[in-house]
Amino acid sequence: MNTKSLWTNERTRGLIFQILLVVGIAVFFAFIISNTITNLEKAGLASGYSFLGDTASFDINQRLIEYSSTSTYGRAIIVGGLNTIVIAILGILAATVIGFVAGILRLSKNYLISRLVTIYVEFVRNVPVLLQIIFWWVILLSLPKVRNSLSIGDSIFLNNRGIRLPSANFYEGSVLVFSALIFALIVIYFIKRWSQKRQAKTGKIFPFGYTALGLIIFLPALTFLLADQPIDFNVPTRGRFNLKGGFNVTPELVALWLALSTYTAAFISEIVRSGILSVSSGQREAASALGLKPSLIMRKIILPQALRVIIPPLTSQYLNLTKNSSLAVAIGYQDIVSIGDTVLNQSGQALEVISIFMIFYLTLSLITSAFMNWYNKRIELVER
Amino acid sequence: MRLNLIRFAAMAIITLLSFGTAHASTLNDVKAAGHLKCGINTGLPGFAFTDDKGNWKGFDVAFCRALAAAVLGNADKVKYVNLTGKTRFPALASGEIDVLSRNTTWTFSRDVDLGFTFLGVSYYDGQGFIGRKSLGIKSAKELDGASVCIQTGTTTELNLADFFRSNKMKYEPVPIETNAEARAGYLAERCDVYTTDASGLAATKSTFKDAENHMVFPEIISKEPLGPVVRQGDDQWADIARWTLNALIVAEELGVTQANVNEKAKGTKNPEINRMLGKEGSMGKMLGLDATWAVRAIAAGGNYAEIFEKYLGTKTPLGLSRGLNALYKDGGILYAPPIR
Ligand SMILES: N[C@@H](CCC(=O)N[C@@H](CS)C(=O)NCC(=O)O)C(=O)O
Repeated sequence: MNTKSLWTNERTRGLIFQILLVVGIAVFFAFIISNTITNLEKAGLASGYSFLGDTASFDINQRLIEYSSTSTYGRAIIVGGLNTIVIAILGILAATVIGFVAGILRLSKNYLISRLVTIYVEFVRNVPVLLQIIFWWVILLSLPKVRNSLSIGDSIFLNNRGIRLPSANFYEGSVLVFSALIFALIVIYFIKRWSQKRQAKTGKIFPFGYTALGLIIFLPALTFLLADQPIDFNVPTRGRFNLKGGFNVTPELVALWLALSTYTAAFISEIVRSGILSVSSGQREAASALGLKPSLIMRKIILPQALRVIIPPLTSQYLNLTKNSSLAVAIGYQDIVSIGDTVLNQSGQALEVISIFMIFYLTLSLITSAFMNWYNKRIELVER
Repeated sequence: MRLNLIRFAAMAIITLLSFGTAHASTLNDVKAAGHLKCGINTGLPGFAFTDDKGNWKGFDVAFCRALAAAVLGNADKVKYVNLTGKTRFPALASGEIDVLSRNTTWTFSRDVDLGFTFLGVSYYDGQGFIGRKSLGIKSAKELDGASVCIQTGTTTELNLADFFRSNKMKYEPVPIETNAEARAGYLAERCDVYTTDASGLAATKSTFKDAENHMVFPEIISKEPLGPVVRQGDDQWADIARWTLNALIVAEELGVTQANVNEKAKGTKNPEINRMLGKEGSMGKMLGLDATWAVRAIAAGGNYAEIFEKYLGTKTPLGLSRGLNALYKDGGILYAPPIR
């Protein structure tokens, strides 16, 4: 082949252009990155990641791991990352539940219910989520002051500094209680398999729910008593300024959670609604002709088919929720951005901190997508 | 806020695209733009606030106006950029502002590590606490177990951690971005006490409807020398800004006021005044400005004393006395090098 035919050949020509494009993009980015680094170094703004080992010197109020003002910047950022993960998980769980319920209810034949849900969805979807976060925060701040805390049995307290719950102390032997719990879960799994098989064969329905509930409570409770009660509770008491002891859920966390989950749920409900509508009505008619209850039709016939349409857009809602959680700064919930900004400000390491944000959110998003793709594969229609 | 994140990213990109040549001369940039970009508070009574016409006013704002007057000949040629404790440094480093005049404490790491140049001290301050009298305590040392509102990205949050740690006390930090939010949190009793620079406490307290029910505790737990800041590396610009500040202080010393500055500029018997106001010597030229730079700076809002009394002094709602901020010859520590 001479060069001319190399050029006229559509495939090789395409290949050449692609290679040129890739090289071009690579050169462009290399240029930008090296330029950035020199400029930042000149401005004294970038000097690598070694600052992560320096002492942070500031405190954080919500810590899932040991942290104090003598810990490092790196650890502070991890604390912030965990706080983001907490809000993301709580938000995704709540948004899914609310979203599915709202999506199903919106199709309800009861005019009042479907109207109410429509109003919720349209209202919440169209108000900026930042405003909703601040709205919930202001509501929570108007709860009773500490001195007038509402309390349930003098062990759970509610005031405008949060909800204070008893925290658990674990002593020797508490491992046994957890083992019992895990054992119960394993037993339940096998009972479920067995009852499903039996139902398939004989049509007999086993009271699975009650059995499972009983096992989950009974086995650990029994172990707890036998092992000499190895867990007790640290009940909050009234202190001079604040409640002392126990575990505090801050109003910032709750406000952020309420706002993000109701906001995202409004979008999810629309996804669920369109998912349900995408299942052909013949399915429902056929199922009711067989005499199935409407709730069972929804659970066993409609939803499983609708899920295939629901999952992909649902994934992107989960990602949105996770990213929106960075609005936390507005009310002082110490997520990764809030803490990272503080680190950035105290250490001056702008580029490093921003690169950590990017890697963190990218990783979270990729994990979420990977999980959802796996789930999507699993529920795909298996054609025979 | 996510906005902040976007802003940080944007600043990183601005820095990245500036190809190393930018900010060779801030003076030229300011002149070319026709206005000074001055970083100020998001709002703090006395220091930076808007009047009923929406114009920015205040002690920190007065410095921006004096500098604009010295450099551009017009005190109104200022573009104000409102910055929080967190956004101020990236804004300055990236060139979004030419000078930062926002209750900023001169510290070693900001001066040395962050690459900024502090121009001097415009207000000697220290960190204090405000709380309700009904708490029934007399001292900040009794705050064990309290919830404390703080602004993030400040020296305040670092001092606070040190203070509680060295006094072996525990607290719940309630981190907040701006003074307005901190005020709201404090008034809603989200926190028991609010801590910031004592001047900021006075400013915040002046806005309370029931100010008599609140008290500032006697402890001042830190040194907070506040002053304007520029980027490191443009010495000419730093000199201009530094000597504008010094001129305002020297003007007080020499009795040059907003009312008499134009008169005195025509020539006096005092050679020091004549040098400052451009009648003798060539101070303005050395700075790269014209001879009457200081006349305009002083005419913009008066000398240091006039600015202080107008916005912070005992006749204002803040009611701050000069204290440390009196001239050295009046028992304070305010002392500007001679203009010679
Ligand atoms: N001087 C301290 C604290 C500065 C600070 O944030 N001060 C507060 C209160 S005195 C303030 O200026 N707030 C105004 C705002 O929120 O924009 C520092 O430089 O870090």
